Amino acid sequence: MKRHLISAADLTRDDAVLILDTAEEMARVADRPIKKLPTLRGRTVVNLFFEDSTRTRISFEAAAKRLSADVINFSAKGSSVSKGESLKDTALTLEAMGADAVVIRHHASGAPYRLATSGWIDGAVVNAGDGTHEHPTQALLDAFTMRRRLVGADAGIGRDLDGRRITIVGDVLHSRVARSNVHLLHTLGAEVTLVAPPTLVPIGVEHWPCQVAYHLDEVLPKSDAVMMLRVQRERMNAAFFPTEREYSRRYGLDGDRMARMPGHAIVMHPGPMNRGMEITAQVADSDRCTAVEQVANGVSTRMAVLYLLLGGAVFDSKATSATSPAPARTEENK
Amino acid sequence: MSKILIRGAKVLGGAPQDVLIDGETIAEVGSGLSAEGATVVEAGGKILLPGLVDLHTHLREPGREDSETVLTGTKAAAVGGFTAVHAMANTFPVADTAGVVEQVWRLGKESGYCDVQPVGAVTVGLEGKKLAELGAMHDSAAGVKVFSDDGKCVDDAVIMRRALEYVKAFDGVVAQHAQEPRLTEGAQMNEGVVSSELGLGGWPAVAEESIIARDVLLAAHVGSRVHICHLSTAGSVEIVRWAKSKGWNVTAEVTPHHLLLTDELVRTYNPVYKVNPPLRTEADVMALREALADGTIDCVATDHAPHPHEDKDCEWAAAAMGMVGLETALSVVQQTMVDSGLLDWAGVADRMSFRPAAIGRLEGHGRPVSAGEPANLTLVDPAYRGAVDPSGFASRSRNTPYEGRELPGRVTHTWLRGRATVVDGNLA
Repeated sequence: MKRHLISAADLTRDDAVLILDTAEEMARVADRPIKKLPTLRGRTVVNLFFEDSTRTRISFEAAAKRLSADVINFSAKGSSVSKGESLKDTALTLEAMGADAVVIRHHASGAPYRLATSGWIDGAVVNAGDGTHEHPTQALLDAFTMRRRLVGADAGIGRDLDGRRITIVGDVLHSRVARSNVHLLHTLGAEVTLVAPPTLVPIGVEHWPCQVAYHLDEVLPKSDAVMMLRVQRERMNAAFFPTEREYSRRYGLDGDRMARMPGHAIVMHPGPMNRGMEITAQVADSDRCTAVEQVANGVSTRMAVLYLLLGGAVFDSKATSATSPAPARTEENK
Repeated sequence: MSKILIRGAKVLGGAPQDVLIDGETIAEVGSGLSAEGATVVEAGGKILLPGLVDLHTHLREPGREDSETVLTGTKAAAVGGFTAVHAMANTFPVADTAGVVEQVWRLGKESGYCDVQPVGAVTVGLEGKKLAELGAMHDSAAGVKVFSDDGKCVDDAVIMRRALEYVKAFDGVVAQHAQEPRLTEGAQMNEGVVSSELGLGGWPAVAEESIIARDVLLAAHVGSRVHICHLSTAGSVEIVRWAKSKGWNVTAEVTPHHLLLTDELVRTYNPVYKVNPPLRTEADVMALREALADGTIDCVATDHAPHPHEDKDCEWAAAAMGMVGLETALSVVQQTMVDSGLLDWAGVADRMSFRPAAIGRLEGHGRPVSAGEPANLTLVDPAYRGAVDPSGFASRSRNTPYEGRELPGRVTHTWLRGRATVVDGNLA
């Protein structure tokens, strides 16, 4: 049976807690003088990036190297992919080179799912962000950061985020980070509120396990963590909001707004930050902002994911069963 | 002259009768007809329909012969029980001149499996800017009466108005691919709960409905008839129903796949389910079936859209839109409309032969099964059950969403002007 991490929705509560607990152990490695474990020696991890993302790529690279895996970085830019090679042929090439795990970042939603279910490769597939679909390791490192800050590094072991109030602010419509976080945080027992202008809230969001609000100030006092999403300036040209300044006034987090949050509450950002747009420098540089901590936690969390996937744990029962398409509901003959 | 006696066929689902074909014509319909000098086909209670007519087929030739040719496409049509198909204009080059439509018409004549009626483009290059020479295409040997930029919407209201008016001179009809372009930029699937979860760009129902609303009003204003291609939403049904209640000259088609499949299938990210307009919700599917049953939707049209394997063997966003449909259309209609009790076989004859032929002003097709009529006939075994196996398709392409799915019914014989094109389910 194949093992993949495609969607945060595929993780059960116990899967997720296991990953977070494992990540805590991995974090201890980072505190040692020699930051390396021999666990994945002789295994090959391919970072297959069809989209530029230096931050995510080096995070996975550091994670794999700390586990002693061999790492191959395959960037679509400047490779045969930019000359029109298909995802399939790229996958077959990696398979022929003996990749044990493929970490894929792709601009097309569902590309990792296709890679994992099409029979093109045998290795484990880790979704490192696909289009506007999901970014499950980002959600895991966010949950790891929240558990450390809101429950405690040691006290948190074996525990979830039961009852914690998490607010996610910004371009939910185009955000794979938001989608993965909503799934994972719900699984971990947290209460999620999305805050965005209505233009940036997806159709059908009422079916998501979260609340939606249009006014940030009302939600801030009831938040244990506030996650600010990056807002692309181009969205303005597509009339999602009138101007950068209006967006910043209504949905940006500045010092005054941060003061409305409870004393223990943290500010999170998946990076890279648009200082002055969704977050002011004052907030970004404050002790309450975990953006840099999230980067460090990202390496630990990705170590945990690679370790568990390549070490034989199975936590994608839903993804593998979903390979046979469910019959259409409208079918007459059951 | 060769004679064929079809013995004991339920004509349009009625009581078993014998039908005698003499040459290209139906000579006699009755009981106990003499088999003298005739080849006998024992129908054994199978259903005899007038040859099916498709208003919406992509034959891909000229230009994309790797996905289909007129010959392979008409073979697929014959296997599906069709005796006439309308070949859409989005070829390379576009069928926007008399030269191209005559080429397609001639290729159809040469194929011999099915009549091919070319559709002409409304605008030059399907670009929506300048009217193509509609009159020249009509006056050509191809005798074009249906005009469509299918694949693209005639979104400019003035161009659409002029086209509607202009074709009145020769009783033509404009078949609109209703898709507001700005609302569907980057669209990958139906906009709704599923698209938001999957992170795929949404194709909202309103993008179809707003164009249909505009076009029925335009048709009413200028007193023209308009045909709506592949109607896919419950809201579109309501608009067409309203337009018809006003007595306006509006007709509409629905594809088999929109009668059966929903956007839930997209959760597999398998591009075989990628089609334009996209698969919608179960509520839409039910509204479309009801509308086809009550006549709000006039006909079934396949939107047969062949694509080579590599254009579907990839990630969703990179895949081509469209499904083949000629060889499975009648089975899907049987399952969704007949076996569900919404439509009888006379209704199927109406929606898949009489009405599409009437909309296209197609002569010699969509005629009653009676003496003196052209012998364009389809014999269907409704008791057949079998899983769809694309490897046996006559079409050059295999992009069917029904692979492995059990569907009812099978065309056993097709006759084009008295000549068998399909015998015992195989191409003759």
